[in-house]
Order: sequence, then C-alpha cells, then structure tokens
Amino acid sequence: MALSSDPTRFTIADARDALAGKQISATELAQAHITALTAATALNAFITETPDRALSAAETSDARIAAGEARPLEGIPLAIKDLFCTKGVRTTAASRILDNFFPTYESTVTQNLWDAGALMLGKTNLDEFAMGSSNETSYFGPVINPWRARGRNEDLVPGGSSGGSATALAAHLALGATGTDTGGSIRQPAAVTGIVGLKPTYGRCSRWGTVAFASSLDQAGPMTRTVRDAAIMLKVMAGHDPKDSTSVDTPVPDYEAALNTGVKGLRVGIPKEYRIDGVPEEMDALWQRGVGWLKAQGAEIVDVSLPHTKYALPAYYIVAPAEASSNLARYDGVRYGHRAPGVSDLIGLYERTRAEGFGREVRRRIMIGTYVLSAGYYDAYYLRAQKIRTLIARDFTQAFQQCDVLLTPATPSAAFGIGSKTSDPVSMYLNDVFTVTVNLAGLPGMSVPAGLSQDGLPLGLQIIGKAFDEETVLRAGRAIETAAGFNAQPQSWWRTA
Amino acid sequence: MSEAGNNAKLLNGATGKWEVVIGLEVHAQVASKAKLFSGAATAFGAAPNSQVSLIDAALPGMLPVINRFCVEQAVRTGLGLKAKINLHSVFDRKNYFYPDLPAGYQISQYKQPVVGEGEIFVDMPGGETITVGIERLHLEQDAGKSIHDQHPDYTYLDLNRAGVALMEIVSRPDLRSSEEAAAYLRKLRAILRYLGTCDGNMDEGSMRADVNVSVRRPGDPLGTRCEIKNVNSMRFVQQSVDYEARRQIDLIEAGGTIKQETRLFDSRTGETRPMRSKEEAHDYRYFPDPDLLPLTFEQAWVDELARSLPELPDEKKARFIQAGLSPYDASVLVAEKEATDYFEAMVAAGAETKAAANWLSNEYFGRLNKAGMGIGEGPISPQAAGAIVRMVIDKTISSRGAKDLTDIVWHEGGDPRAIVESRGLKQVSDESAIEAAVAAVMSANPDKCEEVKAKPKAAAWFVGQVMKSTGGKANPQTVNAILRRRLGLPEDG
Repeated sequence: MALSSDPTRFTIADARDALAGKQISATELAQAHITALTAATALNAFITETPDRALSAAETSDARIAAGEARPLEGIPLAIKDLFCTKGVRTTAASRILDNFFPTYESTVTQNLWDAGALMLGKTNLDEFAMGSSNETSYFGPVINPWRARGRNEDLVPGGSSGGSATALAAHLALGATGTDTGGSIRQPAAVTGIVGLKPTYGRCSRWGTVAFASSLDQAGPMTRTVRDAAIMLKVMAGHDPKDSTSVDTPVPDYEAALNTGVKGLRVGIPKEYRIDGVPEEMDALWQRGVGWLKAQGAEIVDVSLPHTKYALPAYYIVAPAEASSNLARYDGVRYGHRAPGVSDLIGLYERTRAEGFGREVRRRIMIGTYVLSAGYYDAYYLRAQKIRTLIARDFTQAFQQCDVLLTPATPSAAFGIGSKTSDPVSMYLNDVFTVTVNLAGLPGMSVPAGLSQDGLPLGLQIIGKAFDEETVLRAGRAIETAAGFNAQPQSWWRTA
Repeated sequence: MSEAGNNAKLLNGATGKWEVVIGLEVHAQVASKAKLFSGAATAFGAAPNSQVSLIDAALPGMLPVINRFCVEQAVRTGLGLKAKINLHSVFDRKNYFYPDLPAGYQISQYKQPVVGEGEIFVDMPGGETITVGIERLHLEQDAGKSIHDQHPDYTYLDLNRAGVALMEIVSRPDLRSSEEAAAYLRKLRAILRYLGTCDGNMDEGSMRADVNVSVRRPGDPLGTRCEIKNVNSMRFVQQSVDYEARRQIDLIEAGGTIKQETRLFDSRTGETRPMRSKEEAHDYRYFPDPDLLPLTFEQAWVDELARSLPELPDEKKARFIQAGLSPYDASVLVAEKEATDYFEAMVAAGAETKAAANWLSNEYFGRLNKAGMGIGEGPISPQAAGAIVRMVIDKTISSRGAKDLTDIVWHEGGDPRAIVESRGLKQVSDESAIEAAVAAVMSANPDKCEEVKAKPKAAAWFVGQVMKSTGGKANPQTVNAILRRRLGLPEDG
C-alpha cells in the first residue's frame, strides 16, 4: 500500500509498518501531529496539549525501535479523552470543579497504552463529566465538528460526549483516541464525524482511574479511523484489572486476526423496533444498504425483535443520573478541586462550590438522580428502571439465539448545528436512542462510517454483538467498512497555518 | 422469664410502673490490618492522615475492592452468633454530605446484609440467663474524624479511620434494663474477642454502641424510641439508658409525648440531649453500589469456617462445669477472654481444673484487683501459677505454703519449683519428723496440754506452734492427727 506523504493521514496500522520499516521516525510522526493540532485550535478539540511529553516519549520509542524492542503501539500518537486520569497531567472532566486537578496516578487504560509504547498528544475536550451528546456542556467551550454541510459555513456539533476525541481523528490531529461510552458517547460522535468508535462489553476495559459518570454503564473504548485500528487499540486497552471489581477476567483475543475471517454464514439480526418515527428517510436507506452489503458478502439476514427498546431511553435517564448523583458527591470543595471562596459555613460551602463548579446539564442530572433515589420515589423510578434494564438485556439474549450480531443505525441524524438543541434537553437525549440499549445490556457496540447524508455529512451504522464477542463485531464492522468504501474527508477550513 | 423477674426490672414512675425496652446497634471494628475496600493500614494512633489511600480520600476514578479477610471475619462472627449466613448479600451506598465522608456516601449493606438472624445468651448476676435476638450483622465503612478544637476558624480532618471495616450488629429490642444492656454488650464483646474478629477496645473506638431506648406500661405495645448515638463504654451504656428511661417516663407522666429522635450522651453530665435536627434529617438514598459485585459464598466455604471456629464462651462454660467448676466460677472465668486464656494455660501447665479456679479466685484475682491490674498485666505467668497449684495438689507444699509462695513469685518472680527447693518450703509429711516436733512442743508446754484436754478447741494453738517450729512445712492435717492422738482427743474436733 502506498503511504501518504502526510503522516497525519496514516492509519495506526500504516504507522506501525512505517515505523517498523524506518520510513518515518516516531519523533517525525509526533511532530507532524503536534503541528496539525497546533493549527487546529479553532476546533477546540483539546483541553490540554502535551507536545513536550509526546516528543520525549517519541524519543524513547525511536530508541526502542532502533534496538529492535518495539512494543505493539510503539510511537503511535494518541489523543486521550480528558476523563482518564493521567499522572501529572491536568485532568478536568471538562468541569470547572476539576479545572486545576493534577492526578498523582494513571488510569489503567492509559497505563496499558503507554506500556504498549503509545504516546499522548493531549487531553481531549468532552461534555462535562461525559454528560451530553453534543460536546456543548464542556466548561472549556464546545468542540466544533470538522465537517460542515455541503455549501454551508454553520458550525456543527461533533456529537458527545467524546466529541474532542472524535474531532481529533476526523481532523487528523491524532492516529487514535480513547473515548468512554455511557449511553453512546463513543459511537454517536464517531458516527457524526465519520470515524470508527467501539464500545466494548462492560467489564472488558478497566474503569480504574477514569472519572466516573454512571458506574454500571461507563466503558472505555477506542476511537479510530479504521476498524483494524480499533482492533489494534482494543487489544492493548482491554484486560482484567484487580483494581476494578467489575472488570472481567477473560482472555483478550487477537482482535486484528479476527478481521480476516469475513462474514460468510454470519447471521445478522435486524431489530424492527429500531425503525422509529422521525428518523430521516436517508438514515433508513443507509441501513438498508448496510443490510445489502452484508448479504452480498454471504451473511444471512434475520428479522428479530427487541420489544422493550422503547423503554430504554427513559430507563437510561433514570439509572445514569441516579448513579451520577452519587458519584459526583465527592466533588465538594473539601479535599481537591474548585472551592468557593469566602464561605464560612459548611452547607454554604457545599452549595456555593457545587453551584459554581458544575454546569447546567450536570446540575440537572444530579437533581434528577437525587430525586429518583429519594424515599418514596425509589420504587417508582429507580427500581422500575432496573427492571426494564433486565428486560432489555433479556431481549438481546433472546435475539442472539437467532443471530450473531445486530445491525442498526448509529444515530437518528447527522451532525446538527451548535446551539440548535441546547434549549430542549429531551430532543438532545434522543440522540442516544439507538445506543443506550447497548449500555443498559452491557454489550459491545461499534459505529462504522457508512455514507454521507444529502447534506454531505457522515452517517454511521452500528453493529451490536454478544457479550465479550468483540471479534464478531469487528468482523462485521470490517465488512461494512469494506463495502461502504467511506473515504470522504472534511475540508480543512479550520487550519490557521 | 418469670413474672417476678420481670417485675423486678420495672421502673417506678409517679403514676405507676414502667417497662424500659432497649435494643443495641453495636459497631465493632473488624480486626484487620487493612481497610474494607482499600489496602490502607488501620493501626490505632497513627499520625493524622498517614493511613489514607487514594480510594479512602475518594479521588476521581478510584474504585473499591472488597477485602476478603474482612468478609471472612463477618461470616465467622455470624457463625459465632449462631446466625443465618446469607450466601448472597449486597453492598449499598448510603448517601449524605459530611466532610469526614470523602465520597459523599458510605458503603454499607442495607436490604441484604451478610448475616441474618441469630441469638446471644446473657448470664445476669442474679443467676438468670436471658436470650437476646440478633436481627442482623452487616459490613460497612467507618467515616473519618472531624476535629473542631484545633483552630478557631477551621475544622481539621483525619481520614485514617475513613474506610475502616465495621460490623454493625443489631439486636432485637429484647433488653429490659440498663444492667441487661451492659451485660449484653459485655457478652457480645467476649464472643468477638474469643473469635478474634474484633479487639473490643472501647477506649480506642473499636467498639461503640447506638442505644435505642423506649418505655411503655407493662403489656402495652412498644413506645416511641430515641436513639442514643456512639456510646463508647459499658458504664456509659448503663448510665445513658438509666437517664434516658427516666427522662422519657418523666416526660410522658407530665403529659408530654416522646419524639423519635437521635440523641447524644454527654459523659460529663450523664445526660442525653437531642442532636441538632440538621445532623439527623437525612434521606440516605440507598441504592446498590454499582462499583461492587454482590457478595456470594459457597455453603461449603461457610461450613469450613464453622468447623474451624474456636470454642466460644457458652461451650467453654459448659465444659468447665462438666470438669467440676460451679456455674458461677465457670461464668466468671469465661466472661473475659484473658481470664479464660490464663486459666486454660494454667491447666495446660498441669494444674487441676478446680484447684486452678480456686487459686485464681482465692489468691490471684484479689491481688490483681488491689494492684489495679488486668489479668494479662499481672506478674505471675500462668505457667508459674500452674506449677504452684500443681505442688499443692501433689502435696509438695501446703496451702499455707502456697500462699507464701504466691507472695514470693508475685514480688520477686522466679520459678516456683526452684523457690520451693531453695527456700525449703517443701511440706513435711514424714510422720516421724512431725511426731518429734509435736512431742517437743508438748513437753515444753505441759500446762497447755492440760488446758487442751479440758477445752479441745484450744488444740489449734498447738497446731500453730508445730507449724511455726517446722517453718510452715509440716502438713497441717498430719500435725492435727498426731496431736489429737497424743492428747487423746476425738479424731475430728
């Protein structure tokens, strides 16, 4: 394969080969990305940039490559969602309440990446505490989607909450990125920026050292430009961690090797409940094209039913805020983080610190969560939501008796305008309608770019797999990727230099 | 429980008799070197904030991991309380804001505790044994400590205790007097210490009780209760119940009603007073902690723990009684683990059971009391004590000699057998030697001989003289027998 002369156009697989073949040094690779991200400040994709750290790590990588001691991700420059705690590097969760927090520890997932030789370009912007679907709730301002509708200059959202990571990839500011996905926060931004986003099975990647949003739903995963790159990154990120009781001790397979198996004979389920009112015709048409692509490669198409799908979004918006209201109680201004000045009483300190430290959406969710857990409401809300969750998981178990993976749209629409949904939280929450079921059931799901909307904006398809069967998800994703031949690129309107 | 026994516990009010109803929630710190969900140490008295992990301080992204040792101790305690062990239990978050609670929630067990119903038998001084129901035992984290008296404007925090494993042991409201409450706590403490699952040091906060008190007319349904928080000694439990019961009776008799509330016991005044309502008005918003999996055990593992449980006070007491001790002596010996351990070490060193118990109550406990020492602090090792008792039994020394020997070992230490040898304390049972001594005393005191013949009770004077002349070494029974024969007195006078 002919390599681009611009190293920011590489895939991780390309870069791995180029580094191994000494066609480029890790330092050159890192420098090319530093140059790109320095010229992309208009996108606001990064909260903190760490070029010095990247270059010094690149030097180490070059030495290792020279010594023949390259590790699996040696010299690969990555963007890290600013929800992963990074030792000595500011970690904010895009919140004022942590705007000056420097962890003394490294999250397990990022440590795994550094141990494999990857290097960090910086910490990417996100919705505050990962609460949002448009990256507009960040204390550090919205991220701008590199994509614009054909013939228009309107700024669009990159999706969320991993909007900074998605943007960093779409704009070629990094070769790969980490995301976290609680209700769609990897897959939805991946879909609307034209990249690949994989949310692994709950328990596949450690949550230790990642700022918690909703503990029973949060899961870290890779965001990349190709399915192969997602396989390469996941292999390194995944694994059992004794420090996370919910991480699962099951072997990490060679995901990349699984890609070449093809989809012949694979049973692909099409859940009828994912055909919903208000979703544009073109999304439906794309879904049908996806069905055709898989069929053409030898997959068997099965109609399945997930009858409790319509309860997923309301159940999610009870469970996630409930857990969040408790998880975020530690941000009280007492030990670290923002502390309201000049308050002399304890209750006042809590109230002022948290009112100043948290943005509107976070405050809204803390209040919803506090409410649904309150005495007298717990049974009606939290307990019922948990029961729905059980039913949704059962839906999937039953569907997977008939098929191996499911194919659905990833999002109900392409990227929308900045500010166009901020005044209506419910319409914002609807962005996650196709993705939250997967979190509630703890399953792996992946968004793969599959085409462009009539306005020329990326659209994605989602593949959902059985628990711990990321291999089949990746295989099916690879089949979609191959057939779709998605190679559109956003115009580089943001470049300042 | 007899009607009479019941009546004796009733309290007199101005308008008639009242029954006090008490239930205890005991917080017992698990004797574990590490905390419940973090690897941080738990040693008492460490420098402030020197035993705090990232988890205990609730830094972002930190996750709890259960300490299996603590779970095992909770299950062992449940077995010791003859309680149901729940093979499936769940950790919940109890949410409230306070600076010494870093995460803003305490990990506890709410609806599904690790241990269910059990019972404890409590011996009362009057000889009555009461049965106290255990409702549940659950595991939870302790909070840190807020220190308000170090600076006029600031409160300081010490998080050393934050995350330390506690067992909360909840009794049924089966206690009917302050004495019963204190006796229950003492028995519970003994069981925990026998099991080794809690060191029971109330001074160090390893054990403390929330005391629920209500009063009612005999036969009436339960009254409204007040909860007295964090009472940290047996004496304070008793005092706080006495005060609180009297307060409630006086209030009701004056036409008032009891408000269900949380109160604090002030050990300086001996009174209870309500906590500020802000401190108690909580909706804890309990929900299962999503960071932790449910606790599940195999029955076989529980059975294995049950098999390896040490002998507990009730079984020990039964065994001691079987070995010849009186029920009273047996219950005194088992009440404190140190006393039992000491006693059993004496027996192991060769002392006969009953003689060992007698020596303890006749010779040792009194000396310890006078010196203000616990049994573990006394100067005589159980091995030395065992040797002393052993020498009495095999007649190497007389009981008088044993008293002297105990004094010597108490003050000077040393091996009792060597002391008996070197100081010639050996009892003389050789009849000819004693005959000679008796003859010598008799011939030196002819007038006394006549006196004794008329007044046999005065024979004791002769015994004393012979003992004196033999340096206390003569066997007093032999002296007595020979004297009586020689003086022509009846065998037993």
